Amino acid sequence: MNSSHTNTSQVAVSMAPDPVPPPPARSLWSRVTDRLSVTGLIGLMIVVIWTFVAFLGPVLAPYHGGAITSTETFGSYSARHWLGTDYIGRDLLSRLLYGTRYTVGLALAATVLASLTGIFFGLLAAVSGRWVDEILSRLFDALISIPSKILALVMIAAFGSSITLLTLVAALAFIPGAFRIARSLAVNLMALEYVQVARARGEGLFYIARVEVLPNMVHPMLADFGLRFVFIVLLLSGLSFLGLGVQPPNADWGSLVRENIGGLSEGAPAVLMPAIAIATLTVGVNLLIDNLRRRSSRNAKGG
Amino acid sequence: MKAKVPRLIAARLGIALLTLALISVLVFAITGLLPGDAAQIALGQAATPEAVAALRHQFGLDQPASVRYLHWLTQLCHGDFGESLSNNLPVSELIASRLPNSLVLAGLTTLVSVPIALTIGIVSAMFRGTLLDRVLNLLTLSTVAVPEFLIATLAVLLFAVKLRWLPALSYLSDVSSFGALLRIYAMPVMTLCCVIVAQMARMTRAAVLDQLGSSYVEMAILKGASPMRVVWRHVLPNTIGPIANAVALSLSYLFGGVVIVESIFNYPGLASLMVDAVTNRDMALVQGCVMVFCVAYLVLVLCADLCAIVSNPRLRHT
Repeated sequence: MNSSHTNTSQVAVSMAPDPVPPPPARSLWSRVTDRLSVTGLIGLMIVVIWTFVAFLGPVLAPYHGGAITSTETFGSYSARHWLGTDYIGRDLLSRLLYGTRYTVGLALAATVLASLTGIFFGLLAAVSGRWVDEILSRLFDALISIPSKILALVMIAAFGSSITLLTLVAALAFIPGAFRIARSLAVNLMALEYVQVARARGEGLFYIARVEVLPNMVHPMLADFGLRFVFIVLLLSGLSFLGLGVQPPNADWGSLVRENIGGLSEGAPAVLMPAIAIATLTVGVNLLIDNLRRRSSRNAKGG
Repeated sequence: MKAKVPRLIAARLGIALLTLALISVLVFAITGLLPGDAAQIALGQAATPEAVAALRHQFGLDQPASVRYLHWLTQLCHGDFGESLSNNLPVSELIASRLPNSLVLAGLTTLVSVPIALTIGIVSAMFRGTLLDRVLNLLTLSTVAVPEFLIATLAVLLFAVKLRWLPALSYLSDVSSFGALLRIYAMPVMTLCCVIVAQMARMTRAAVLDQLGSSYVEMAILKGASPMRVVWRHVLPNTIGPIANAVALSLSYLFGGVVIVESIFNYPGLASLMVDAVTNRDMALVQGCVMVFCVAYLVLVLCADLCAIVSNPRLRHT
């Protein structure tokens, strides 16, 4: 049912130029369940739920995120406060639901930014000749040699922490990865016959990049997009955990862990729950990608 | 053909040095050029313009950027990282006092994690497709994605709070015996291991699987060699290169993990020094730490490259 260009598992695959056969008319649900195993479905469900919460978090929250609603600090699970209360008596569930916007939203923005920039430069390097390619590759090699957390720390030291900066830093740290994959995909595509035909027709480089190469890169880069999202979530929540990420009174899940770390010795759910929330999100995305990758590589091998 | 190896290694070294030079430009551009003025920050808002100008002159901030960069780079090459603004000590001294601690932590983590990761990787490759492989895959896949501080807080909760076996913070001054050493390092090393074992195991599995698909393995199976013999005698010698490569690359994940782990356990290493420097916006110290981290990272990547070159004769022809 898939043509060979849905092979996402390898970067250096040669893409067949034949068009995708029109998919048989079936319901969306059965198409999704056909493709996914149990773990994949669990992953998909987690992703959908957290995306939903990212948009509707403040509506779903039982209390206003910043409101102190209990006299008990580091309270345990109860009917009024399902996930207990934090270090000054705020409802943790509400804080968590409010924080989803930052954790999911910022990471998504940074991932999109990194992927688009990486694809742009990757295409540029692939279509515009040896020297541009060489210079861009060296530059991004240097950038990738600074570990992402270290790079983020330097930027924060220089510019101070803000929402805009965090998004930019996270994107910057993961542009080289996107660049490498986009470039190698594009280089392989450039060698294919239909691109050479387009060249022989006298099409411009911009046209070739946009019409012949780019559309065939989208699918292979999707799994990579998900992985980048996971790493960016971990990077940003790590920074927040160090107190260098999202600043109070706003809080993403990483900041929630930091705020409530004092409750660790009492075994308060306030420390553990935000960290577990991050883990469900990242593990969920990972399960989904892993499943899609296996499935598409199996399809490619089978047919 | 052998003569090619030193040349190839020299070429890799050259690229690494070029990369390091580019990194130093990047780091200097980020920390030295754009944002507010180090002199203004050091003196505070109330300082007179004359005092700021004098301090700027003292720091050499009134010179053009290229001159400052070259000056900074020359000093760096002589091991002079400048002076920390927040405590007036030479940065090199501060780094020298913390670096050994971080190296010990990284070394212990490597010692513990490599055997575990290789075992998991090889076993799951041998039993690929079975329930064991799928369970291990699910486990490593999840561990890769779990934030370090979740593992660390769980460990503290279990071993320090509930069971009271281990101290929650690492005070190196308390080390008086081997037992004390074990108790202090147990949790930081355990957390870091979780971070990199999963990564390493997955890469090892891929490397072994890659070999298992080749025709000489099929030959060995056809001639009746047992699965154990196939893996030990035929596959493993051929995967030493890729596995060493995987180990070196996975160790680079330590850099992210060590930042979090040193902060959580209050471990006096280089990463916690850097986090403090960032909080205090102590630029000279930040620059010094970054350069040390980047050199370490490049050395790791270089090792990975060398393992690949030495173990794979085909790479020598290119």
